[in-house]
Amino acid sequence: MNNQRRDALKAGGGLGVFGLLAAAGLIKPEMALAAWNKSAFDAKSMDAALAAIGAGKPADSADIQITAPDIAENGAVVPVGVVSNLPKTEYVAIMIEKNPSMLAASFEIPEGTMADVQTRVKMGQTSDVFAVVKADGKFYVAKKEVKVTLGGCGG
Amino acid sequence: MASPMRIRAASKDGVTEVRVLMSHPMETGQRKDSSGNPIPAHHITELSAKHNDKVVLSAQFGPSVSTNPYLAFKFKGGASGDKLVVSWVDNKGESRTDEVQVS
Repeated sequence: MNNQRRDALKAGGGLGVFGLLAAAGLIKPEMALAAWNKSAFDAKSMDAALAAIGAGKPADSADIQITAPDIAENGAVVPVGVVSNLPKTEYVAIMIEKNPSMLAASFEIPEGTMADVQTRVKMGQTSDVFAVVKADGKFYVAKKEVKVTLGGCGG
Repeated sequence: MASPMRIRAASKDGVTEVRVLMSHPMETGQRKDSSGNPIPAHHITELSAKHNDKVVLSAQFGPSVSTNPYLAFKFKGGASGDKLVVSWVDNKGESRTDEVQVS
């Protein structure tokens, strides 16, 4: 009986240590994925998010088109498309200014792939949607406001 | 194991259009369950698409991407019968790879 109890304690203790380490951030599944830009996805302001992807202060560009609804009735599924007409576009990021995690998705566009991506994002509230594009080594940005009417009552 | 992705890849006039619908909860970590406990974040972090072993798109996703993420993109080249492979990894280390033939 005593031995069994000891084993159970050991097993429990082991789990506890792992849990503590995980809570302290020492063991995280993301560690296996070094490429995932955690600081950019965790950024709490547009400036911080832009800095984390190395964009600094991107210049406005009319050559980036954002396809998104003017009014999104359902903030859980907002279709967003980005087309960049800038030559040598190599990177596209979609940011939603008023979301808790601003950076929604980023895409690396190898040569031969068109700078034309579409996805769907969540939006907590009416916000500007930014498309940050890296083309020929420089960053550019465009934005579009999307109004979110979660209750479906307009606004 | 997550459900298979639905992938469509269609080649037309030298351009292949790819559309992917993944099956994933994309939990943000912001929500709480009915008893008020936070639901841990669980979302896809990385995705890549390969056409005949050449990477045609790689992406990083954050929790702001919708549940069951949708992705569409286009690349030059690709012919009917070519192999297109899409794989993703999430923040819990789960992964999924599916392949289709370009039509």
